[in-house]
Amino acid sequence: MINIDHLSKSFAAVQAVKDITLSVEQGEIFGIIGPDGAGKTTLFRMLTSLMLPDSGSASVAGLDVVKDYKRLRQAIGYMPGRFSLYQDLTVEENLGFFAAVFGTSIRENYDLIAPIYSQIEPFKARRAGALSGGMKQKLALCCALIHKPEVLFLDEPGTGVDPVSRKEFWDMLGNLRKQGLTMLVSTPYMDEAALCSRVALMQKGEIMAIDTPDGITKAFQMPLYAVRSDNMYQLIKDLRTLDGMADCYAFGEFAHLKMLDTATPADIATTRITDFLQAKNHRNVEIKTAAPTVEDCFIELMRN
Amino acid sequence: MLFSNTSSRPNRFLAFVAKEFRHILRDRRTLLILFGMPVAQVLLFGFVLTNEIKNASIAVFDQSKDASSVGLTNKLTSSGYFRLDRNLSSTEELEPAFRSGKIKLAVIFPPDFAQKLQTGDGQLQIIGDASDPNTATTLINYANAIILDYRQQLLAGQSGDAPVIRIETRMRYNPEQKAVFNFVPGVMTLILMLVSAMMTSITIAREKELGTMEVLLVSPLKPIQIILGKTAPYLVLTMINAALVVVLGLTVFGMPLRGSILLLTFECVLYMFVALSLGIFISTRSANQQQAMFMSALGLMMPTMLLSGFIFPRESMPQILQAIGTAIPATWFNTIVKGIMIKGVGLDVLWKESLIMVGMALFFLAISMRNFKDRLE
Repeated sequence: MINIDHLSKSFAAVQAVKDITLSVEQGEIFGIIGPDGAGKTTLFRMLTSLMLPDSGSASVAGLDVVKDYKRLRQAIGYMPGRFSLYQDLTVEENLGFFAAVFGTSIRENYDLIAPIYSQIEPFKARRAGALSGGMKQKLALCCALIHKPEVLFLDEPGTGVDPVSRKEFWDMLGNLRKQGLTMLVSTPYMDEAALCSRVALMQKGEIMAIDTPDGITKAFQMPLYAVRSDNMYQLIKDLRTLDGMADCYAFGEFAHLKMLDTATPADIATTRITDFLQAKNHRNVEIKTAAPTVEDCFIELMRN
Repeated sequence: MLFSNTSSRPNRFLAFVAKEFRHILRDRRTLLILFGMPVAQVLLFGFVLTNEIKNASIAVFDQSKDASSVGLTNKLTSSGYFRLDRNLSSTEELEPAFRSGKIKLAVIFPPDFAQKLQTGDGQLQIIGDASDPNTATTLINYANAIILDYRQQLLAGQSGDAPVIRIETRMRYNPEQKAVFNFVPGVMTLILMLVSAMMTSITIAREKELGTMEVLLVSPLKPIQIILGKTAPYLVLTMINAALVVVLGLTVFGMPLRGSILLLTFECVLYMFVALSLGIFISTRSANQQQAMFMSALGLMMPTMLLSGFIFPRESMPQILQAIGTAIPATWFNTIVKGIMIKGVGLDVLWKESLIMVGMALFFLAISMRNFKDRLE
C-alpha cells in the first residue's frame, strides 16, 4: 500500500529525511518509532503530498505522491500531530465539516466511525476546545476516517494524551486494522511499538532497522540485566566501571546493564555483579535478567 | 454544480462558508472589530477630528465705542464662530488674557476707528494665539472674512463712492466646508480595507497556526475553494459595513448621496476585491496571526490613512509620497466615493479611477493565487 524509494528531504542545513526506503503492506499497522526531531513528521508530510521530496519517490495506494497528489488526497486520511480540530466548533460541527469537505456525510459513513464516535457522541454539542486530550484524539480520528480512506496516517497520535486513553486508542486502531485499513503511525513512545505489526526505528532522518517488534528485540544478542539498589545514581556510575560492561542506563526504576560476554551463564554473571556492587557498599541490591525491549534495541542502535 | 447533489451530502463550498460564518459569529473580538469599529470610527472622526472651530472665545478692546465698532463686534459674535469672553479696558490686560488660555483671539479698535473708516482708511488689529497655529490661522481667516463682509455692507450703504470690488467666494459641493464630508469616505476606505484585508489575512493565518490548514490541504478541496470560502463571508460582512458607514454619514452627519447608489455599491465591491486579494496575499506571506496582523497594519492601514489623502491632502506631500500614494487602492477609492456621494458624478468621470482599481484587483488576485500553495512550505 505504501512504497517509499530512496526518499530524501532537507531544510536549509538540516537533512530531515535521509534516503529512506521501505514498504508497507495492506492491512498493516506500521509504526515509525523515533524521538522528536527524527524526521517522522517530514516523512509523513511527504507521503501525504504536503511536501515535495528533494529526491527519491513514493507511492501510496498506488498513487505517486507528487504526480497523482490530487487523487491521493481523496484516498488517504491524515491526523496531524496537533489534533487539527476547530476549537470553536462543536464535536458534531467538526465532524460534519470534514465529512462535507471530503464529499460525504456523517450518516453515510456512520458505520465506520460508530465504535469510536459513539464514545464522544454524548458530547456532540460541546465545543472541541472544551474536550479532554483523549476525546480530542478520538474526534480527530473520526474526522480523519469519515471519508473511508484506504490508508490512514497518524502523526504522533499519543502525544498529550493520558496513558488510559492511549491504550483505548490503540485498541481502536487494532479494530480498524481488522477491517483492512492500512495505517502508518509515528510515535516517540517505545512501548507503543509492540502494538504495531511492523516498525521502523528512525533517528536523525535515517531508518536504523525495520522488522516486527519481536524481530527487533530478537536481534538484541547481548545479555541484559535489570539492577537496582538504594542509590541509583551511584549504582549506574559504578556499574559503568565494571569489567565486561557494554552499556548501562536508567530504565524505569531499574538500571539496564548490558554485558559483552554472551558465554557466561546468567547465574554466574549475576553473582559476580552482586559481589561487585556489595564491594562498592551498595545496599538492597536487586538483580535479574531482563528481556530486551524495543527501547533497549533503540539505544543499542543509536550507539552504533 | 452548486445543488447537483440531491442526497443529504452537503456541498463542499457551502459547508466551508458555513464553517467560516460560525468562526466569525462565535468570536466576540472579531464581531467587535467587524461592527463596533466602523461605528466608533465614523463617530470619532466625524465629531472629534473636525477642522471647524465654533464658539471660540475672544476679547475686544474697543477704544472707539462708536456705531461701527459696536456693529462689527456684534457681527463677529453673532456669526457662531466667536463668543465674546470679555471686554478689555487697556492693552495691559491683553497678555494675561492670552496667557490664561481663556481667549483665542483679540480684536482691538483704535480710538478713531469710525472717523478713519469714513475716509476709507479704517484700521483695526486682530491678535491670534498662535501657540496652536492651525487654530489661529483658521480663526483669523474667519475674522477677516467677517470684517471684509462688514466693510462691504458699509460701503454698499453709501452712494456714489469709489467702485467697490466684491469678491464672492463660494465653496462648491460642500459650502459649509464640513470636515465630515472628507472623513466619511475616508473612514469607508479605511474600514473596508481593515475588515477585508486584515481579517482575511488573519483568518487564513489562523488555520496555518492551528494546523488545520494541513488537513484542509490534504483534503480534496481546491485552493480556489479554500480562498473563496474564506473570503466570501467577509465580502458579505464588509458590504453590510459599507452600508452602515454610508447610512451613518447620511443620517448623523447629513452627508449627501448625489450620485448613483448602484455605482457606489459596485465600486465598493470592486474595492473589496482589491482588499481581499491583498489580504490573501499577506496571508500567503505570514506564518501566524501576529505576523498577518502586523503586516496588514503596517503595510495597509498606515498608507491608507496617511498617504491616500484621507487625512493629509496629497497635493502638499513630497513627490515621492505622492507617487507611493498612487499605488494605494484607497487613494482611488477615496476619489470615487467623494465623486459619487458629494459631486454626484458617474462612470463618465470616474472611469479612470475605476479602471485602475479593476487592474489592481486582477493584479493582486493573480499574485495571491500564485502564492497560495496547495502544499506546505
